[in-house]
Amino acid sequence: MSIYLPIAELPINIFLVLGLGAAVGFISGMFGVGGGFLMTPLLILVGIPPAIAVSTVPTHMAASSFSGTLSYWRKKLIDQSLALILLAGSLAGTWFGVWFFSLLRRLGQLDLFISIAYIVLLSGVGAMLSMESIRAIIRAWRGTPAVLRRPGTHAWFHGLPFKMRFRQSRIYVSAIPVVAIGLSIGFLGAILGVGGGFLLVPALIYLLRVPTTVAVASSMFITLMTMLLATVLQSMENHTVDAVLGLMMMVGGVIGAQFGTRAGQAIRAEQLRLLLGILILGVAARVAADLIHKPDELFSVIAKEILR
Amino acid sequence: MNRRTAHLLAISLAAGIFSFAAMPATAQKLVSSISTHRVLINSSFTGTELVLFGTIEDAPNAEIGKYDIVVTVRGPARSYIAREKARILGLWVNARSREFARVPSYLAVLANRPPREIGSPEFLRANRIGLQNHIFTQQIGNDLADVTHSDPFREAFLRVKTDEGAYISDPNGVTFITPRLFRAGVSILGTATTGDYEVETLLISNGKVLAKQQTALEVVKTGFEAFVAREARRHGLYYGLTVAFLAIFAGAIANLLFRK
Repeated sequence: MSIYLPIAELPINIFLVLGLGAAVGFISGMFGVGGGFLMTPLLILVGIPPAIAVSTVPTHMAASSFSGTLSYWRKKLIDQSLALILLAGSLAGTWFGVWFFSLLRRLGQLDLFISIAYIVLLSGVGAMLSMESIRAIIRAWRGTPAVLRRPGTHAWFHGLPFKMRFRQSRIYVSAIPVVAIGLSIGFLGAILGVGGGFLLVPALIYLLRVPTTVAVASSMFITLMTMLLATVLQSMENHTVDAVLGLMMMVGGVIGAQFGTRAGQAIRAEQLRLLLGILILGVAARVAADLIHKPDELFSVIAKEILR
Repeated sequence: MNRRTAHLLAISLAAGIFSFAAMPATAQKLVSSISTHRVLINSSFTGTELVLFGTIEDAPNAEIGKYDIVVTVRGPARSYIAREKARILGLWVNARSREFARVPSYLAVLANRPPREIGSPEFLRANRIGLQNHIFTQQIGNDLADVTHSDPFREAFLRVKTDEGAYISDPNGVTFITPRLFRAGVSILGTATTGDYEVETLLISNGKVLAKQQTALEVVKTGFEAFVAREARRHGLYYGLTVAFLAIFAGAIANLLFRK
């Protein structure tokens, strides 16, 4: 059964889109990531023009993350002050990222830059997550106590001024590294066309020592806010948001996210981190394989108005 | 009568006599009609098949094989960028690119037998019969020009568009039902570009074009699809806010439904 997409200007199978939405929504709910780094390439793979895919994915992420945010809100897992400071940094970073994006486009080879940035970032984050969680799993298996939160050890940024107490996260840290993390997430998100949750969650866990569940919940809240903004901005600037495609992904996505949130809470934190690490490494490997393998067709043709 | 008008008259008379001489004794005519002139895109649109019927008139001793019919359908002109990947430092990246400026977004060439049997290569080129013989203007610097048929970008462009199904070459696309009556099936894809399509029918015999008929069809979005596309373009802010609200609504509904 097919439905015609009015902005993408092509028919697509309803169940394919619902299925993609549900699968990515499940992952989104489970790990508290937006899922843009999975959804955008998947949509392009099934034939949606890249510009439409990039600007429609945020609608799906907004719906999934609102559903998840409500659940976390009721469980009081969202660190509101931490999220608001991160959000402020992230919005400034997004603006700077959009500026840098057009600079790179003027210089040419933007595609290559994006692919390489994807590989470096994803394989770095994925490897770090996997190795740390494997170590944690081995520790738990041997029965040695976890030494993740060492009260005496302080990273260099703990000496910075403007210290704030984030009660939910049980940390007492300067606002400067929090804003800096927000800035970097917003900047990278704008350049790579992703929400940045897959970077934010590990940054909160490993740099700021925020508990995994609070990190996931707060990250989901930030994803919700940035994705709502992205939907409105893309509609105003590029007119490339496909409401029909977005609505179908949302329906699949919100259902998937509900099951994902439950699955995420049923699994032990270090196992959850290992799964996310493996997933991120998998996407990095896929992007790298595309760059290394000789393609069957060396030529590609794209309509000029879609490029813009 | 001054010298200038006399001169003009002489030229037009000569031209008239010449064209009369070039005409065969009986001037065959083409009459054709397409099943619809408006293809409407609604939510269940996945492409459609149109039928073109035609007859050859004033052809008393027609028999199958005497006349050839070539139907060419050209979609709205669009510009495309063709890119070629090359291996740089072990990675396959987009290297060279070429712009095809205002070429047909859709091109179907239907005939009753392979074009190479219908006429000489020069004849086919002069009458733009067959995919290869169309003009694919490339933007080279500030110049617009078509290049030789063996140009790798031109070949690749035709190959990619044919694989997509946007360019069709069907040597059996025209069927003669009787020696004078023929039909041609034109398939419009689900991914069809909206706009005006021109349909050109040529009647050919012994390497000469005897008659030519042109008609047009239009592919348009209708109903809800047209409404969404129009609002997205005209009222970007409200459109975006509506979609954002829908996202929140969908998320809230799901949360309520699944709440234990």
